[in-house]
Amino acid sequence: MSNFETIIGLEVHVELKTNSKIFCGCSTDFGAPPNSHTCPICLGHPGVLPVLNKQAVEFSMRAAMALNCEINREQYFDRKNYFYPDNPKAYQISQLDKPIGEHGWIEIEVNGEKKKIGITRLHLEEDAGKLTHAADGSSLVDLNRQGTPLMEIVSEPDIRTPEEAYAYLEKLKAIIQYTGVSDCKMEEGSLRCDANISIRPVGQKEFGTKTELKNLNSFAFVQKGLEYEEKRQEEEILNGGEILQETRRFDEKTNKTILMRVKEGSDDYRYFPDPDLVQLSVSEEWIERVRAEIPELPDARKERYVSEFGLPAYDAGVLTASIKMADFFEKGIQEEADPKMLSNWLMGEVSAYLNNASREIDETPLTPVNLAKMIKLIEDGTISSKIAKKVFKEMIENGGDPETIVKEKGLVQISDEGAIREFVVAVLDRNPQSIEDFKNGKDKAIGFLVGQVMKETKGKANPPLVNKLIAEELKNR
Amino acid sequence: MSLLEKKVSELHDLLHKKEINVTDLVDASYDRISQVEGKVQAFLSLNEEQARRMAKELDDVLAGYPGERTLAGLPIALKDNISTKGLRTTSGSKILDNFNPIYDATVANRLYKAGAVTIGKLNMDEFAMGSSNENSGFHVTKNPWNTDYVPGGSSGGSAASVAASEVLFSLGSDTGGSIRQPAAYCGVVGLKPTYGLVSRFGLIAFASSLDQIGPITRTVEDNAYLLQAIAGHDPMDSTSANVDVPDYLSSLTGDIKGLRIAVPKEYLAEGVNPEVKEKVIEALKVLEAQGATWEEVSLPHSKYALATYYLLSSSEASANLSRFDGVRYGVRSDNAENLLELYKNSRSEGFGDEVKRRIMLGTFALSSGYYDAYYKKAQKVRTLIKNDFEQVFNDFDVIIGPTTPTTAFKIGEKTDDPLTMYANDILTIPVNLAGVPAISVPCGFSNGLPVGLQIIGKHFDERTIYRVASVYEQATEHHKAKPQL
Amino acid sequence: MSQISKDEVKHVANLARLSLSEEEVDMFTEQLDAIIGFAEQLNELDTENIEPTTHVLELKNVLRDDQARESVPREEALKNAPDERDGQFKVPKTF
Repeated sequence: MSNFETIIGLEVHVELKTNSKIFCGCSTDFGAPPNSHTCPICLGHPGVLPVLNKQAVEFSMRAAMALNCEINREQYFDRKNYFYPDNPKAYQISQLDKPIGEHGWIEIEVNGEKKKIGITRLHLEEDAGKLTHAADGSSLVDLNRQGTPLMEIVSEPDIRTPEEAYAYLEKLKAIIQYTGVSDCKMEEGSLRCDANISIRPVGQKEFGTKTELKNLNSFAFVQKGLEYEEKRQEEEILNGGEILQETRRFDEKTNKTILMRVKEGSDDYRYFPDPDLVQLSVSEEWIERVRAEIPELPDARKERYVSEFGLPAYDAGVLTASIKMADFFEKGIQEEADPKMLSNWLMGEVSAYLNNASREIDETPLTPVNLAKMIKLIEDGTISSKIAKKVFKEMIENGGDPETIVKEKGLVQISDEGAIREFVVAVLDRNPQSIEDFKNGKDKAIGFLVGQVMKETKGKANPPLVNKLIAEELKNR
Repeated sequence: MSLLEKKVSELHDLLHKKEINVTDLVDASYDRISQVEGKVQAFLSLNEEQARRMAKELDDVLAGYPGERTLAGLPIALKDNISTKGLRTTSGSKILDNFNPIYDATVANRLYKAGAVTIGKLNMDEFAMGSSNENSGFHVTKNPWNTDYVPGGSSGGSAASVAASEVLFSLGSDTGGSIRQPAAYCGVVGLKPTYGLVSRFGLIAFASSLDQIGPITRTVEDNAYLLQAIAGHDPMDSTSANVDVPDYLSSLTGDIKGLRIAVPKEYLAEGVNPEVKEKVIEALKVLEAQGATWEEVSLPHSKYALATYYLLSSSEASANLSRFDGVRYGVRSDNAENLLELYKNSRSEGFGDEVKRRIMLGTFALSSGYYDAYYKKAQKVRTLIKNDFEQVFNDFDVIIGPTTPTTAFKIGEKTDDPLTMYANDILTIPVNLAGVPAISVPCGFSNGLPVGLQIIGKHFDERTIYRVASVYEQATEHHKAKPQL
Repeated sequence: MSQISKDEVKHVANLARLSLSEEEVDMFTEQLDAIIGFAEQLNELDTENIEPTTHVLELKNVLRDDQARESVPREEALKNAPDERDGQFKVPKTF
């Protein structure tokens, strides 16, 4: 991308974790049988009226403030008119002119460089239902999701690379998860993202024509889709072509974007104030009450982990990127685990396991209490780090108290010098070649001998002790 | 005299004394319907089985427990845009020909709790868009005073059924005059309450910021009884006012000494039929004789009300009627290969011309490039019209004028030109735009057709309206006239 | 001067998902033109500094508590459906 600059803007939709829908009392629980969480109101039956859920307003205010937005003091809701089977009233209740919040920003860090990304607006609206396409070409409509409170968060076109887009999404998700207003589960659709991308010659002021990317089902796909799209646009322009205002779908199999439709002019949604809802007037006092509900956010926690626990900034950043990980860490600290060791375990073994299993930490039987106990067993020499890995595997797969696991599986470390010396002597006796190598200056031979002792003791021998005794015995040979 | 020609208070007495029971009343209603419905055609659906069952249940209860439930056992019918669970509700449209609601409107619930017996559902102009009932998707209701004439609209069935004594009273809805105009044409009493006094939950929306449900009765006192049962805050309607409901019956004191009446010169201007004007002047003299004073005033923006109303109500309607898309309920076109055809054909086959016209007008007024010039402009003029009323109400207790410029017209007489038809509502529309309450009471006849007197009050001051209307009613004989059917 | 053209009427009908025959387009164009022409009289008024009215009552902050209540049984939700399959509303192909 030498001669072109990329401009990216992201539109993120986040479902709020309220008990009931935004305009009726139906449950927002995910995964119920189709149309079992519906009522005349969310089905859009004739004569029904919406009544706004207070929690939805406060949740979105909380998120807006966490994203440094200014809260609009006088707000109202608009009708956005369009026909589609997942939109039962044929208008979506949304906010056009006076959204919940405007003029926010978040800070991202890419390759060690910090950058502020502006947030144009955060508004509250109702989610649509779900449309599935059957094999015979017909479509089926499930309105369970219809009316789930939804925030739309629109970024400024401040993002310049697909990597920044990825970092923005990670940060946005972390902040919202910290506020507790949403789970932000992309796989359940509680967080969804559309991306707008255009390129322009470096130095040009006007934006180029943008394309819109849809069907981006993970942050990684957002990044890949944008990478493909910026290359495609550049090639198109260099080949004398023209970028059209179009909507493109990301194909996960080929990592390409595929044309869905070319936009002709702008859509005419005929927004107007919904006469069924009244004005929302937000007092200073209300704002402050909601502000007080905002917990410590990722950046603040990161700084605290550095200053309070002496963690390296990078480690603190990784731990605080997800509230579940950070909360797990803090609970482990409460159990008096060594912060550095705990952090290493979380960033190492725990993260590796979770990535592999595609799970979140609270979806495993591992508890902070047990991990902290295990770390203490390592510290007091009851088990070796190597044995700890076995114990950990058991704990994260099947759960359980590490002390019990160590006992039941006979994993207690052998720290008795006499017992270990017997193993050492036997190993040396069987490996004269290694003794020879050692005497010829090949230090590596020690490693082999230690390994043999560990093997003989099924990993239970105290490694420093094994090292010490091998050194002693070698001198005697 | 038929039971259904009596007043609520008289029927209460008879029920309490056990001279009649609820079954007698329900029988009387269906008997009368079988006699005159062929001529009047006020109903779209009857609820006979349910109504008779409820009558029997009430008779069992009332036998040992008369009173308290103020509408107990009284036969009522509802305009067909009020949702009734399990009872077909069409809003006068073919597109809902087969529709059976799965919930009750708040007013239907309240009537049920008050013990009223729902006799059936009443004809109306499709989606309440019209002034004559000629826009019904099913048939034209006739004016009981002369069946060659329209009953008015859109609550034509509601007014005609009461005038014809098929039911004791009914509910209508009023967006631009749809209760008052047919009440005037049919010689009955119709109130449009203050916007927000009666819950709209379950009223199939035409124009949400203007619609109100209200009672149509033969006397002012009955009207107060019925309003009492349906008024009051509803948490299901965000636009429902959280105000205490006063006691309406106690407002009928018979005393209007010192009452200050404003008579807008715009309401007696050219275009108002001279005989209608004469009846209104006579009515003012009656009120004067009872101790009121009146003065001519001006509501200067009245002439802009009609255009304002058509832009705003059509805009809101264009969105409100989008849900009729053939997907979840209602009639779906058999003739659709894909989704776009499903939408277009279901809606084009299901809606009548007037509804299409207003949907298109509203869509146009909201569309990109025209929003400010039409929709927003109309919202601003609405403010001016509202201010006109506030100004006058600073110095006066009520505003009085005719309900309509003319009496009922002949069926078919005005169907060609929408604008001429719209002009019928010129005196009722400003009231909806301002959100104030107004009643139409009979004030005489012109060529054998009833004339309506409109009494407009301040926000939430239905009590004063009732007091004035009742004094007028007591001082005159008009309400005692009955059509010959 | 005409207020609305035939093309605009067709466009508006499409937005509102109505299909019109050519005769209907002619009729509605004429009628809508008259109605919109009539509405032009509002331009006689200077509304520069006038606030628009959406609601006549000054109601604010009408909110409900976040309590879930029972939904309707699925059969009720689908009772009026013109077509259904597997507990869902069925529509023909979307394009």
